[in-house]
Amino acid sequence: MASPISDQIDAVADACFIASHRLTQWVSNAPTMEEDVAIGNIALDLLGQARGLFATLGDEDQLAYFRDAQDWHHPAICELPNGDFGHTMLRQFFVDVWLGQVWPGLATSSDRPVRGVAEKAIKENAYHLRHSSSWVVRLGDGTDESHHRMRSALDDLWPHVGEFASDGWVTAVSRTLIDATLIDATRPLPRAEEVPRREPAHLVELLAAMQALAREHPGATW
Amino acid sequence: MQLWEVFVRARAGLHHQHVGSIHAVDAEMALGNARDVFTRRGEAASIWVVPSTAIVASDPADAAELFEPAMDKVYRHPTFYEVPDGVTNL
Repeated sequence: MASPISDQIDAVADACFIASHRLTQWVSNAPTMEEDVAIGNIALDLLGQARGLFATLGDEDQLAYFRDAQDWHHPAICELPNGDFGHTMLRQFFVDVWLGQVWPGLATSSDRPVRGVAEKAIKENAYHLRHSSSWVVRLGDGTDESHHRMRSALDDLWPHVGEFASDGWVTAVSRTLIDATLIDATRPLPRAEEVPRREPAHLVELLAAMQALAREHPGATW
Repeated sequence: MQLWEVFVRARAGLHHQHVGSIHAVDAEMALGNARDVFTRRGEAASIWVVPSTAIVASDPADAAELFEPAMDKVYRHPTFYEVPDGVTNL
């Protein structure tokens, strides 16, 4: 039976898993080798968080590899195809702030395994947030080109935040966006009708790549 | 991007040791990159990053005058001294 808290666990588990996959796609393509390693670390943290929650929900492999697109519960922003590096960092920043506000609630869960995942995730999230927010500021308040690209990433991503953002989220995000010279004042949340319709192809494409091996060779190990 | 030297202290009580170098545009990124590249497996209690340009290095050509005079002074080694059991980081 669904309840607000179990809905939230579903959404967070799936968000961590899908965000992890999108970040992983950067590994070997990030601007520097150091950044490859940083992104890989963050993707692995997110994967670990997702696995921890999946384990409380059922069979991990079943949930990760044998679930069709319509059965996932993450905010659509997580699955958007990677744009340029700045676009990914801004998206990750938005997700990091959201997760940063969700984990403390899960850390008071009556479900002990959920609490354990959340307590560990709070520390990991603090570092992820530091990483993504410093990139947002560095690129937003960087060169003309990086500023311009971050502005277009913001315009592209902002309508999607209407799906999950709270007033507290906007306040937290706005501080960094102002530091990054990307906005002058708190940007209002998109109205419901401004939130883009989910583009099914994005998740279908992501899952096709991610699930192909497991579906072709069920139970495979190495 | 600037080059930075990374020093890691494995745990309290030890000194920082040089572990390698990384690229970064500023100190904050240098610390983050050092953390990600060198401490992913729990190796550190503390990290220092130092711009490589701040390092003053000896010239290999000066090795003879700098280091050779120390080679034949065995009496400078505390060979009469026994390390007590249980002292591991002397």
